[in-house]
Amino acid sequence: MTQMSGAKALISSLEKEGVEIAFGLPGGANLPIYDALVEADFRHILVRHEQSAAHMADGYARVKRKAGVCFATSGPGATNLITGIATAYADSSPLIAVTGQVPLMMIGKDAFQETDIIGVANPCTKYAFQPRTAIEIPEVVKKSFYIAESGRPGPVLIDIPKDVQQSEAEIFFPDLIKVRGYNPIVDPDLTNVGKAVQLLRSAQRPIIMAGGGVILSGAFSELQALAELLMAPVVTTFKGKGAFPENHPLAMGPIGMHGHPEANKIILEADLIVAVGARFSDRSVGRFDEFGKGMNIIHMDIDPAEIGKNKSVDIAIVGDVKSSLRSMVKMLSKDIIKKESDNEWLKRRRELIDYFLETLKDYSREITAKKSLKKLREILPVESIVTTEVGQCQMWASLHFDVLSPGTFFSSTGLGTMGFGFPASIGAKAAKPEVPVVDIAGDGSFNMTENALAVSVLDKLPVIVFLLNNYMLGMVAQWQRTFYDRRYMGVHQRNCPDYVKIAEAYGATGIRVGSMTELEKALKYAVRSEVATVIDIPIDPEEDVYPFVAPGTGLKDMITGA
Amino acid sequence: MSGSDPRSIHLHIISSLVENKPGVLFRITNLFRARSFNIESITVGTTEQPDLSRMTITTKIDEYTLDQLLKQLRKLIDVVEVIELDVPNTVYRELALIKMHAVDPVTKMEITNYASIFRANILDIGKKSITVEITGTPDKIDAFKNLIDHYGIIKMARTGVSALPRGD
Repeated sequence: MTQMSGAKALISSLEKEGVEIAFGLPGGANLPIYDALVEADFRHILVRHEQSAAHMADGYARVKRKAGVCFATSGPGATNLITGIATAYADSSPLIAVTGQVPLMMIGKDAFQETDIIGVANPCTKYAFQPRTAIEIPEVVKKSFYIAESGRPGPVLIDIPKDVQQSEAEIFFPDLIKVRGYNPIVDPDLTNVGKAVQLLRSAQRPIIMAGGGVILSGAFSELQALAELLMAPVVTTFKGKGAFPENHPLAMGPIGMHGHPEANKIILEADLIVAVGARFSDRSVGRFDEFGKGMNIIHMDIDPAEIGKNKSVDIAIVGDVKSSLRSMVKMLSKDIIKKESDNEWLKRRRELIDYFLETLKDYSREITAKKSLKKLREILPVESIVTTEVGQCQMWASLHFDVLSPGTFFSSTGLGTMGFGFPASIGAKAAKPEVPVVDIAGDGSFNMTENALAVSVLDKLPVIVFLLNNYMLGMVAQWQRTFYDRRYMGVHQRNCPDYVKIAEAYGATGIRVGSMTELEKALKYAVRSEVATVIDIPIDPEEDVYPFVAPGTGLKDMITGA
Repeated sequence: MSGSDPRSIHLHIISSLVENKPGVLFRITNLFRARSFNIESITVGTTEQPDLSRMTITTKIDEYTLDQLLKQLRKLIDVVEVIELDVPNTVYRELALIKMHAVDPVTKMEITNYASIFRANILDIGKKSITVEITGTPDKIDAFKNLIDHYGIIKMARTGVSALPRGD
């Protein structure tokens, strides 16, 4: 027991959780927290907009696979965090958001900068706490980290009234906490694993569909072991991109709306789908009723509520996929002989890849998104981390940038938040400063949080903004071309701003490239640079993302493009 | 379930123990709203344990929706336990207060008779109205309400269902 303020209790609790860095912005209602931060033994990064603080903490969390921390004041500070919190919630990323609140006596009085942030955050957090006394704070923080990081991870909000931050109390830091209504399942029911193994034994054309759960649980070697044991092709969801090395002889890349054509094709020909840490989202599987028709489906996920939500399945294995995969591999390797590597099913895989390699025509220009991304892959060291913005740039990244080292690719896949990629890349850089970090960006999306350049420069977190610039809200423009008879509305960015000048204004490097040779030179420079580099890559505004599975249709209805 | 059509709609009674603290009812009702679960009734009250409340939810939904509703409820951190009660092996009751027009003595007499048949209590008699308290299953309350409807109901308040499993 020690006498201290609520704010000090908060900072000490965060230190005890091993927090190394926090991202935030102060205001009236969290001044006591910022005062306590002066003596904190972790780093604080000042952002220029709270949305970026949440994305940075999220990016940090995805790389570290532990909770990222962000701070904001009450009212608008807190609501500005919400987009970032909702992004983390949709992608199951562990996040601790600490907001200031008006003093207890003022709550409910419509005070200045008062928002019912608990009410606002409820649908997009795993839990939201509002400690009403200083002595509650250590327990609340400990519970928050436990809830955020365990089971299916997600964001937790802690809203602390200003007078609670200020009040002095005898503070006790508990070592153990229990949340009785929260008991995440880790180890799978082995009976169900056994049933799955039975199905796997008889499958002729098994396919593995790896989702984000594999990345969240770091089950990379387990997934690879299963794939190689079954000699099964591996497709991923977009969130699962990079769960499996995309240059592996069994890799097929992401399925979905802008999935790899061979992946979208082969999954329809399988007789058994093993979905690992995936949730059958509409963007991945198209129409729920059509997907997996006539096939057996094994569904492995840590969240029991995902079982049967979008797709009814034959066998469900609830648990941490790392543990479930391990049990499955163990049971399989007991009596299964490794399947041959030149069976009919794998021949079909090769056939599909070759077919699309030959038939899909490339958009022809000196610089295209595809060529640029292939060049990026060529120059970038394997262990580099890549984040993306949202829109065409994101889908091109999915199609044309191969992730070779598992768990190095992060995108706002669930919520599709424009403005995510850049601050997330800065958070990723903070988590792993020794590797190059690249944000594969489009101009529309980069625009939304570009003021995080200040953080990248001032806090020495240099990242590369790989800006595929068509001065368009390109994905919207593509839909207007495709579904609205080219009636463009609200998509033209009209050559504004000048991204080289923007970069320079913040003290970063800006390079505009005019050819593939210049791009190569710029990339080589940027990888070694110690300041943020924005590479402005002008691309044609008419370049579309293909293939494309239109919304409301099935994977079989894939349009492969002009 | 015993081979019945998973899309057919039945009455389900869900009983759950939840943390007895502010904000819990909001979290649960917000879940119903966000995922479009339609609820017939919801009751909350204290239990034998002071830090837990019992919440009883009745809903007419299909098996798929029921499965989702149970799973989503269990996912809430403030929800400690969720069970679906097997309706035939459950005691469940609702209370209703019904205030109706009753001006002449004959009407008053009739209503009093009906009330006694339904084991309802007369709570209040005024010059122009009678207020009745009736307890029972929602069906019984519906039956009584239909019976006295033609007198003209001035106001009605129903509590929703409370339920417990029968003894073993």
